[in-house]
Amino acid sequence: MTTMASTAINQDIFEYSLRLGDDALVLSHRLSEWAAHAPEFEEDVALANLALDLLGQARTLLSYAGEVEGLGRTEDDLAYWRDDRQYRNLLLVEQPNGDFAMTITRHLLFSTYQLSLYDALAPCSDVTLAGVAAKGAKEARYHRDHAALWTLRLGDGTAESHGRMDRALQALWPFTAELFEGDQILERLAIEGVAPRSESLRPGWDLFIRETLEAATLEVPATTTWRSGGRRGVHSEHLGHLLAEMQHLHRSHPDARW
Amino acid sequence: MPAGESSAWEVAAGVADPELPDLTLEDLGVLRSVDVGPDGEVAVVLTPTYSGCPALEVMRQDVIAALRSAGHQSVRVDFQLQPAWTTDLMGPRGRERLAEMRIAPPPPAGSGPLLQVSLKCPQCGSLRTRETSHFGSTSCKSLWRCLACGEPFEHFKALY
Repeated sequence: MTTMASTAINQDIFEYSLRLGDDALVLSHRLSEWAAHAPEFEEDVALANLALDLLGQARTLLSYAGEVEGLGRTEDDLAYWRDDRQYRNLLLVEQPNGDFAMTITRHLLFSTYQLSLYDALAPCSDVTLAGVAAKGAKEARYHRDHAALWTLRLGDGTAESHGRMDRALQALWPFTAELFEGDQILERLAIEGVAPRSESLRPGWDLFIRETLEAATLEVPATTTWRSGGRRGVHSEHLGHLLAEMQHLHRSHPDARW
Repeated sequence: MPAGESSAWEVAAGVADPELPDLTLEDLGVLRSVDVGPDGEVAVVLTPTYSGCPALEVMRQDVIAALRSAGHQSVRVDFQLQPAWTTDLMGPRGRERLAEMRIAPPPPAGSGPLLQVSLKCPQCGSLRTRETSHFGSTSCKSLWRCLACGEPFEHFKALY
């Protein structure tokens, strides 16, 4: 019985590590697309720094997923040899970069969520997940600060920058409900003390986002059409294109090493 | 402490940081432990400054190479995330070395996030400085400019 129980919880931890690892990996890739294209040099460096933090988190999380799964899959196997239906990231992080306002808005919405999540996960019982969270929370705090400063500057900037931020918010807001969706996996992990319930992250997220948007003279969109499915592998069309680019080299040269 | 442990520590502690070669891994506060097992295997534990620090692999290789050339044939290097690294783990010597490299060091240990006063320019000592970018050439540094002497400089940013 003990073995069966621990196998079941391992399956849940595997799924959970994939979710968090895929969020970090996919968003890291998106941000890296800005390299050499950012509106100013400092932002080029900043976005690459953010991408690097997320990539580091993804590496530990995917390595751990492979370890918990017990089938010998490495971080590279999981990153490069899964198709979109096997990816577990939020739809929000796979959305295209769009203009700079879109990228900043996406990062504000995500990093505020990730910081709440990591803060809540750090005292949990799984040593590896708690370790990634404690480390990642320090990074997510920088990320959120960066996104919030730009949100203020652009939202409360010119008519052009305000309009772009407004359009970005309208476009991305439908993806935010997914951040706080629960399911049986999360419920079991919460009961075991491994992970926080996602709905518990909502009040802190709401407060910070609403205060930031208000200070930036932006309005919270009145959306009722929500999009979700990423945690079950049902993605928007954008993820397939992202993976094609990210995985192409590795799949063309299997087992190539640096 | 079994024989060889203190010398193994000294060897690992003296390895230079790949990105800030005037600082050792000990100065930086990333060397967590060095244990010599009964079979002579040296187990080194390092902690990363940032999750994605690209210098980690080089650190691992440099530690292994240094210990091998000091006569330790079997060396293992592991990375430990918890407790997470903070700039409070950087000792006074590390801060001095940074200042000598003209990189403004992080605030003193224990000062906490509230004491983020203006930085002192490592070139001319003026306090009339401002941050130009929170993100610099490496994850651990930000970019600043001195308004007095006009020189840009790097700051090893505080992480709590």
